[in-house]
Amino acid sequence: MSKNSPIIEIKDLHVWYRTYGGFSKVLNGVNLYVDKGEKIGVVGEAGCGKTTTMRSILRILPEGQSHTPQGEILYHGKDILKMDRKDLQHVRTSGVSMIFQEPSAALNPVFTVGTQIYDVIKYSEAGKGCSKEKIKQMALQAIKEVMIPDPERIFDCYPNQLSGGMKQRICIAMAIVTPREVLIADEPGTALDVTIQDQVHRTLKELVEKKGMSLIMITHSLGVARELTDRVYVMYAGNVVETARTQDLFANPSHPYTRGLMSSVPRLAGGGLAEGIYGHIPDYLNPPQGCRFHPRCPQAKECCKRQKPPIVDLGNGHKVACFLDAEVV
Amino acid sequence: MMEANLKTNTNELSVPSASARFRESFRKNWYKFSRNKLSIIGLIVVLAVIILAILAPYVTPYPKHAGKFVDYDNANLAPCAQYLLGTDIIGRDILTRIIFSFRGALLMAVVVLAISVPIGVFLGLIAGYFKGSLIDTIIMRITDIFLAVPPLLLALAIAAVLEPNLTNSMIAVTVMWWPWYTRMVYGMASSYRNEYFVIGADLIGASRFHILFREILPNCLSPIFTKMALDVGWVILIGASLSFVGLGEQPPTPALGQMVSDGSRYMPDSWWMTIFPALAIIVIILGFNLLGDGIRDMLAKGEKGNE
Amino acid sequence: MSEAILDIKGLKTYFPVKKKGETLFVKAVDGVDLTIKKGEVMGLVGESGSGKSTIAYTVMGMYQPTAGEIIFQGQNIATASSKRPLSLKKDLQIVFQDPGSSLNGQQNIRQILELPLRVHKIVSKSEMEKKIVELLKTVELPAYYMYKTPWAVGGGERQMVSIARALASNPKFIILDEPTSALDVSIQAKIINMLMKLQHEQELTYLFITHDLSLMRNIATRVAIMYLGKVCEIADTGEFFKNPLHPYTQMLLSSIPVISEEEERLKPAKVVSTGEIPSPVNVPPGCSFHLRCPQRMDICSKMDPVMQEAAPGHYVRCHACQKA
Repeated sequence: MSKNSPIIEIKDLHVWYRTYGGFSKVLNGVNLYVDKGEKIGVVGEAGCGKTTTMRSILRILPEGQSHTPQGEILYHGKDILKMDRKDLQHVRTSGVSMIFQEPSAALNPVFTVGTQIYDVIKYSEAGKGCSKEKIKQMALQAIKEVMIPDPERIFDCYPNQLSGGMKQRICIAMAIVTPREVLIADEPGTALDVTIQDQVHRTLKELVEKKGMSLIMITHSLGVARELTDRVYVMYAGNVVETARTQDLFANPSHPYTRGLMSSVPRLAGGGLAEGIYGHIPDYLNPPQGCRFHPRCPQAKECCKRQKPPIVDLGNGHKVACFLDAEVV
Repeated sequence: MMEANLKTNTNELSVPSASARFRESFRKNWYKFSRNKLSIIGLIVVLAVIILAILAPYVTPYPKHAGKFVDYDNANLAPCAQYLLGTDIIGRDILTRIIFSFRGALLMAVVVLAISVPIGVFLGLIAGYFKGSLIDTIIMRITDIFLAVPPLLLALAIAAVLEPNLTNSMIAVTVMWWPWYTRMVYGMASSYRNEYFVIGADLIGASRFHILFREILPNCLSPIFTKMALDVGWVILIGASLSFVGLGEQPPTPALGQMVSDGSRYMPDSWWMTIFPALAIIVIILGFNLLGDGIRDMLAKGEKGNE
Repeated sequence: MSEAILDIKGLKTYFPVKKKGETLFVKAVDGVDLTIKKGEVMGLVGESGSGKSTIAYTVMGMYQPTAGEIIFQGQNIATASSKRPLSLKKDLQIVFQDPGSSLNGQQNIRQILELPLRVHKIVSKSEMEKKIVELLKTVELPAYYMYKTPWAVGGGERQMVSIARALASNPKFIILDEPTSALDVSIQAKIINMLMKLQHEQELTYLFITHDLSLMRNIATRVAIMYLGKVCEIADTGEFFKNPLHPYTQMLLSSIPVISEEEERLKPAKVVSTGEIPSPVNVPPGCSFHLRCPQRMDICSKMDPVMQEAAPGHYVRCHACQKA
């Protein structure tokens, strides 16, 4: 662990959604933390709960449908889940910002992008008492920072006049325009083409490093996590199944799910495809007992069906939630 | 590989029988329908109205009062134990006449919808599927002409030209009712025709008939049924409006609008003559609206992956 | 190798757009020559807006081509789908990207699979059920799925159903339009393996449309790269990845996020992705890629390069590569 306490630390987070068929038990005890200036990746397939985890940090889960999350989300030691409105607003405007997968859905089509960035500054603490001209300068600066040429012209554009890559850059600009400590990026490149995705990711990485922010990168792509992050959490069905420093994870994946996922990725070096992982993510209304991965696990044993697997420390921050490793150690 | 799929029940592994599938789908539909308790109220109201209408001669206290009947001794009575909702100006039981008038009202709704919906849906499907062609232009411009005239005015005009009776008022309402369905289905069909499942069926080589009636139509049914359930109430209201101005069912056969109209002359002293038929109209329309909402909930596609 | 099953010659598909009174054309496909041999898996790779799907849809007859020929089994089929004979529809099938919208949610899987069997009279009515069970078995789905609706099964299984539907009429040629890009990688592996097994068993030819070069590395016999309605580079897969020539290909390769050092070494080192794909209404003059090209020369903005053979079977359309 780090010398200082982490900026955000999630401890044993459980989130349930209320649905017509009963409770959908999406998160099943998630633990993760992010240190200052650190870039972490949260990797998992569709429906593994990675977005739910991040949304609970900002408390933007669908109102009314979600059962109150259980567990703790500590922001500088203060529990976000128990914060009052004012403190929460402080976290949202000057602590944590988020960019989403679909940039066209994150931008309001009836305002120019300039106005939208302008408003972000105006209602933040950094923008308090600033003159209009000053705020506009800040907005233009932010647009410039995300590598958009000709910021004055872009300032007056409506979102639909911009390409997907440009829109995502604008979203990044909105997220970094006021000083923040943590940036949560929810699959920012998934909706974009691979060459554009590469550009957006590079911009994101450079900005985060320049400003000394922490980055939480949510992605389904192991490759993206490998290229952008220092540390990776692999999630499956509402659990973190494995976490390690990025190099360690890719050099030595331990959990059967991580291994299955890695072998499923088509390699640029060729060599054919592995069999993949049979089956699909479980029904959260009725998740499997014990390890939630056991129905799909090629190495499942009797104990996997009954007990939640222990978290095994393989050293150097490499932790894995699996009975197989418990035996080895 | 089947063993690995633990999500599935073991007894599901064989192909389920037809009756089991029917029971399963009934259970699921009832669950979705009954989630909103108001839908159940709607269903109860509608069933009650239908049963009362069918059994009118047996359940009403004075079946004779539905026709040519005069009893001046008991005329103009306020609601009392003998006449629960009072009597009208010539001594006929209001309750009896309201229940009998359900028959005409429901008959009207059924006939009007049974004729106008298939016509409207068919025209809408054709026009929507051939959007941009001459057929589309012809059908939709005619539809627009009908839609441009306020519906009640159109019905009034038609009914006024024809001899005033129940059949002709049905014709009048039918003529003004189909364009709404054409318009609605047109919008759906013209968007579904670009859906990949329709294109896919075309590329497989399916006939136009198949594409129109097996691929597109089933996807339009849910809004159609919902609208139909809601429309029963509105047809009854329009029918009541026509009979209110004397263009519907002719006396002595009772009709809700006609009763409201007749009674209104004796307001406010003999309020029961107007208020109770009017309440009956409100209850029917409310019942069908609530039922319509329930049907909409029932037919709505489940959330993704949630069946 | 064996003879060509599909031969696309000078194919152009333009879509008119009205803008302030004047009619412009979106040149979605702008002069494409492509030959696909029998038993091949042709990978057609490009970014969105490159026209790769438009080629597929034009071959399928969803669009009327503006110019050019599409020769399928010796017969020119460059017409709209409504004018095509049933026998052609039987031989030519497509699997769309999103199985959610390509399967009718109001039908159950049995009804979905019945359609091609009935239309092409593959089996008699009495054998229908047996054949459907058999089809489900080919895509490794259990028989009881027959009465489920597409919505009630997972995304991967839904895509299996659409593959089964495409296979039902025993086609010779299947276009796969990004069949796995909406799915998770663990499921993608499963589906791709099954597709390759079927291709082998039933002697099918695939035109595989995708944006995923890594995937093509593993399954395609040949790869073609498209940019703005034109093919820039075609080669056999081995040659293609060993020696990528076109600057755009190199840019694509360098942009792929990979998961091992071994792959990292395969990426062209010095190329960095810049710029965005321009609108196909306003195609830049000369080579359409010259605005983003790191090896841009004067001639590139003036003259559109032509396809030339750089090595046996390796074609590239680039001024810079031809000089070398």
